[in-house]
Amino acid sequence: MSSAEIAVQCREVRKEFGKADAKVLALRGVDLDVSYGAMTLLVGPSGCGKTTLLSVITGLLNSNGGEVTVLGEQVERLPGRQQILFRRKNLGFVFQQYNLLPALTAAENAAVPLLADGVPRRKAVEKAKHLLDTLGMVDRMNALPSELSGGQQQRVALARALVHKPRLLVCDEPTAALDAETGHAVMKLLEAEAVRPDRAVLVVTHDNRIFGFADTIARMDDGRIVEVESGLRYGDRAGLAAD
Amino acid sequence: MNFVALKMLTGDRAKYLGLVFTIAFCTFLLENQSSIFAGILRRTGSQIADVTDAEIWVMDPKTEYFDQTKRLKDTDLDRVRGVEGVRWAAKLFKGNPVARTLDGKFDVAICLGLDDATLAGAPRKMLLGSWERLREPDSVVIDKAGYVLLFPGEPLQLDRTLELNDHKATIVGISDASAPFASYPVMHARYNQAVNFVGRERTELSFVLVRPQPGIDPAGLCRRIEAHTGLRARTSDEFQWDCVRYYMKNTGIPVNFGITISIALIVGVVVAGQTFYIFTIENLKQFGALKAIGVTNWRITGMILLQALTVGVMGFSLGSGLCAAFFAITLNNLATRGLVLMWQNVIGTGVAILLVVVIASLISIRRVLFLEPAAVFRG
Repeated sequence: MSSAEIAVQCREVRKEFGKADAKVLALRGVDLDVSYGAMTLLVGPSGCGKTTLLSVITGLLNSNGGEVTVLGEQVERLPGRQQILFRRKNLGFVFQQYNLLPALTAAENAAVPLLADGVPRRKAVEKAKHLLDTLGMVDRMNALPSELSGGQQQRVALARALVHKPRLLVCDEPTAALDAETGHAVMKLLEAEAVRPDRAVLVVTHDNRIFGFADTIARMDDGRIVEVESGLRYGDRAGLAAD
Repeated sequence: MNFVALKMLTGDRAKYLGLVFTIAFCTFLLENQSSIFAGILRRTGSQIADVTDAEIWVMDPKTEYFDQTKRLKDTDLDRVRGVEGVRWAAKLFKGNPVARTLDGKFDVAICLGLDDATLAGAPRKMLLGSWERLREPDSVVIDKAGYVLLFPGEPLQLDRTLELNDHKATIVGISDASAPFASYPVMHARYNQAVNFVGRERTELSFVLVRPQPGIDPAGLCRRIEAHTGLRARTSDEFQWDCVRYYMKNTGIPVNFGITISIALIVGVVVAGQTFYIFTIENLKQFGALKAIGVTNWRITGMILLQALTVGVMGFSLGSGLCAAFFAITLNNLATRGLVLMWQNVIGTGVAILLVVVIASLISIRRVLFLEPAAVFRG
């Protein structure tokens, strides 16, 4: 795989928490490549370091060693403000608990990344509404999160993650709070709307019901990547695209 | 993001209204108590303020405030008149006779004796009668509050008689004199008449009222009068402030009001701070998500400050409105007349409220700034 096809590259990444006797090695030299145009699932048992790795990749945590290259940038080496701007411009997030702002409507929630980037409110909300429309939320644009089902909230979260056209989408347990049917529907939407040739999608999960959506599955255990399966659905998706 | 901040704030209606009413309550207490405090202290010099035709008061060198008088010699009047820059000087007597009505109701009164020839030093506003009638024998002008005190429930009426230290006096006018510090009736009479009412002593002159020549600085003329006569000379403003300072220093009034004002501030900071803190803590995950998405700490600080200032402005406006309504309602009560919402107190309270909301928001901001954005991934 050429470097031009790789969105995220981790080499010998280490991360530890605590000091002296209380020290915990969360990442013990992780090597991982995440490709553009594919959905990569990072799987493994609870406490194996998936979320820590996700936090390091997105620049929310600094590693204690190794090298992380995201979209050609070594994010950790960027000054604080540039790191935040890099994240704002290039990354989209889907969280396990959605983390929608309870006082904002679905459309306003989806528009938050654009608002954070200084886009005027009306224009931002218009764009968000357009995206929510494609995600099947046409009737629920003005609903508050408390008026939405879990699946609908996750669709709003997905719209929020995609509205500013990020090049890397990271999803933390996107189906953990959903039933099987709703989780499947959300993953179908994620696959249809998020996977693009110029975008990489990294999904942290231990929900084996959604493994079928992966192009690559990286298995983690005890702070290391222990197995990587690649090329799982690429052919299917290429076929779908051709259809 | 300002829009997001404001929607976050107003979305939780119970806490939003709680914050607004806390600030409004704090504002009301601060403005109300500080204005009443200032109004009461201003009353200590209200008889000075009522004299509008003289700008300088001359008195015994040891006099500290209006109610403390030591008689001057009659010749002091001429010595003051001889100072360069004095346009005219008039004598003023102040005594405290006991006023008694024919029904037997009585009270200590403030009796001011005005220069016989010019009646200089009289308050300008008359509600009934005329100053000129003071030239009639045994005549006095009484203030409305004093009249109501001595003749409760009776209509304002001229030519009624009362006794001042066993001397018969006839009411020939009812004035709108400013409320004194103590709720005594304020009476004006001619100088010689007032001296008779109170009882003659070896010397009777309480104050000399002075008007400077046009273009002469009153404060400068005061210093010149002091240098030439050895007496104490103060401009009306200086003398009023002397009274305020005396009461501040020698009474428990500042302590009493100070405690109320401090409690208002503490309640404001603690309740608003705690409510705002809880509000922020409940939104901590959302703030974490915003930080992860790429909203800077500066922007989040701005959002929290905007929320705090919005609450502050709303609460301050509501509290000020309530306080203004309170003073509008009580303005015409005799007991509270002259107590008004002063603009200085509004500005002072505004600054205090600004501090309250900034302190309240700083506690919350600190929590958000130290929030690790990665925490947003922890379920």
